[in-house]
Amino acid sequence: MILSCKEATQLVSQGLDRRLGFAERVTLRLHLAICNGCSHFRKQALFLRKAMRRLAESD
Amino acid sequence: MTDFRSRVEGERPYLLRYARLQLRDRHAAEDVVQETLLAALAGEAGFAGRSNLRTWLTGILKHKIIDALRRLAREAPLADDEGDVEAPFDERGHWREPPSGWEDPDTLLEQKEFLAALERCLAGLPQKSAQAFMMREHLGFETGDICKELGITPTHCWVLLYRARMALRECLQESWFAK
Repeated sequence: MILSCKEATQLVSQGLDRRLGFAERVTLRLHLAICNGCSHFRKQALFLRKAMRRLAESD
Repeated sequence: MTDFRSRVEGERPYLLRYARLQLRDRHAAEDVVQETLLAALAGEAGFAGRSNLRTWLTGILKHKIIDALRRLAREAPLADDEGDVEAPFDERGHWREPPSGWEDPDTLLEQKEFLAALERCLAGLPQKSAQAFMMREHLGFETGDICKELGITPTHCWVLLYRARMALRECLQESWFAK
């Protein structure tokens, strides 16, 4: 199964909120391996999580 | 005793900022902080022996915020957010404008200006996405608990969180990284 970027980003986001199934993880990994835009999206979503933690601690 | 009172009072600005981010309403934020400070002063014994006053106060504040969110959800259920999550993609699901990389973002976390830009982007999120996102990433709720508190299905919850992340990255891209 081939994911579109829209579907891939949805899975990236859901991966931060639930455990993805095996098939989901495999198809997502394949997509990310060839798609820069979605890889950047993934890094940025992870960064947002870190930034929100930092924000909660800051004065 | 008075020392404890002034130390608690000294945390008020931090608590207010925290509550304002969550509740997006100055008056509601002031109310929960006031309740928190009163509860803290009445419950000084509960603090005895703990090392970090701020952590203890934030713990109390989180409960007050959750109560307030519940109250708000009951009194004025939020309409679903307007706005089109499809916008970044064309009809075949391809990026209209693929994200480019953010250079060395971790160093930004120590910059007040960047955190302020993040806060501005948060303030611009549609209400319901913002609430779900703040509960998830700021209060540290599990998705299941967010669904319960907001009275929505898990699928809906994932959609809200997805929209929030997509909108935040776009906002930061435009307001910070593109400059």
